[in-house]
Amino acid sequence: MATIFWKELADHLGSKRFFILSLIILVVAGTSVYLGVQAFRENPENVGENAYLLLFTTAQSGLPSFLSFLAFFGPLLAVLLGFDAINSEFTKGTVSRILSQPIYRDAWINGKFLAGMATLGLTVLSIVLLIFGLGLFALGFPPDIGEFARLILFVVVAIIYLGFWLALGLLYSVLFRQTASSALAAVATWLFFTLFLYMIAGVIADQLAPIRSDSTASDLLRNQSVRDFVLRFSPVALFEEATLPILVPTYRGLSLLALLTRTDMPTSPLSLGQSLLIGWPQLVGLLALTSVCFAVAYLVFMRREIRTT
Amino acid sequence: MAGAEPMIVEAKGLRKRYKDVWALDGLDLTVQEGEIYGLLGPNGSGKTTTILILLGLTEPTAGTVRVCGHDPAREPLAVKRLVGYLPEKVGFYEELSAWENLRLITSLNGIPEPEAKRRIAEALEQVGLKEMARRPVATFSHGMRQRLGIADVLVKKPKLAILDEPTSGIDPEGAVQILELIRQLKDEVGMTVILSSHLLYQVQRVCNRVGILHKGRMVAEGTVAELTDSGGGLLAIVEGTTPKLRARLEGEEWTISVEDLGGGRVQVILEEGARENLLQALVEEKATLVELRPRTRTLEEIYLRYFQE
Repeated sequence: MATIFWKELADHLGSKRFFILSLIILVVAGTSVYLGVQAFRENPENVGENAYLLLFTTAQSGLPSFLSFLAFFGPLLAVLLGFDAINSEFTKGTVSRILSQPIYRDAWINGKFLAGMATLGLTVLSIVLLIFGLGLFALGFPPDIGEFARLILFVVVAIIYLGFWLALGLLYSVLFRQTASSALAAVATWLFFTLFLYMIAGVIADQLAPIRSDSTASDLLRNQSVRDFVLRFSPVALFEEATLPILVPTYRGLSLLALLTRTDMPTSPLSLGQSLLIGWPQLVGLLALTSVCFAVAYLVFMRREIRTT
Repeated sequence: MAGAEPMIVEAKGLRKRYKDVWALDGLDLTVQEGEIYGLLGPNGSGKTTTILILLGLTEPTAGTVRVCGHDPAREPLAVKRLVGYLPEKVGFYEELSAWENLRLITSLNGIPEPEAKRRIAEALEQVGLKEMARRPVATFSHGMRQRLGIADVLVKKPKLAILDEPTSGIDPEGAVQILELIRQLKDEVGMTVILSSHLLYQVQRVCNRVGILHKGRMVAEGTVAELTDSGGGLLAIVEGTTPKLRARLEGEEWTISVEDLGGGRVQVILEEGARENLLQALVEEKATLVELRPRTRTLEEIYLRYFQE
């Protein structure tokens, strides 16, 4: 399996598509540092001690924060690494050549998946460290250990999240014979979860729990919770919910109650453990999605006939 | 069949179903160590399916197989270590060089570094691709890829090499070269070769034994001489025959049969010793002898005879 892992990793890191996407993400990293630093300069007393985390969550004047950017475009990178992993081997005719070597069949798909994960991990980690480094230059003071721990945790969650999309790409590459179809399916799924589900969630919520001019607070709450319920089918939403408490220590959850009371309650930061607790269900959900997706790809691949005609 | 030779392949009653088609329907196959065995048959007769079963890349629906003493379905790795396989449409990683493609195979086989390098150099030399070793496979012609495929088998130093349609899609001259290469290598390396083809005349020249497949069954098996032998006699084709000559030929006791080919041509089959008599008759009747040869059937004729039913 190690052989396959290293070969695939080398392929990924040397490929053009990886280069282009990394370039985009790099630009975004620069932007997010800029935004974060701007926010810090404008009113340093609001930022307090978590300036570094701010680098990842500040959105301003139409430019998204690094967090939402990763939630939105990260999947594209991950899916692109996986969508032609298996079916391109079939079209190239390398399947029977590789599988007639003395390796177990699952070593192949496992090696491919791990190589994809390693690539994603490397990318995310290096970008986060880059933002860190740039932040060090711009802010002029080092991060404290708490911030550092939160960021490492963030990287782990991000890798799990991107792992889901990689597994999805891999699954499509097993299910579809043509790389074009698997690419289309992957992009369609991506658009569905990143854009359409957000629209649909609003529509469903308004249908099931309409808000009128005379709506009470509980109606609003019901509307919001229906919306959240629908949204939680999307790994994108799960990722955002899981990472917000990690990156924003004062964050106390998505519920309307928390939103309404935010102004009245003391906004003291929570401890890392408490923050993690808020996003825990979402994190487990993500992990489950990733595993299920990979497991299905694995099973289908193991049962697939090598014969192509 | 020399029973003393150990059997490298023994298959009994193989049946394989793809959805609702029986690709193999009770196939028996034995291959002795050190021979070149030709697996013949038209497209869709079950050649590739047989090969995939021998390699353990697909499981037979019924029947038993032993390859080098192992069951490919139960111990695929043991079989794959001993068997080299050249798939019908062999594919390589286009962006990697010939050398790197072979290096991947050696590391999948766990061949240690110095030994692997030696074997790769040797194999590339043997197939005449030494100068191309560092060029990416994307620049290779079809014939070169096929040679690289053979090198791919050679680096494993297999006991048994299975070559699926090694000459398909190659011009006649190139095909002859490849077959010569296969024969040469078999003599040098001493491996057993199973080679499948639908092109009979090619196989005829290199194979020790052939088996003819039709609709998933073995319809004829034996040495090329055995299959083409048809009980002796001579075959003559005569041009410019008159009805008188025909009548005379039919009357002679040394003719076995006379067949009209149209346009004054007849095909005469006569006894071995009657050469002089025929020539005598032709001179007297002023007819021309176009062809005179021992009466053996080409595989082509056998082929047609089996498949016309």
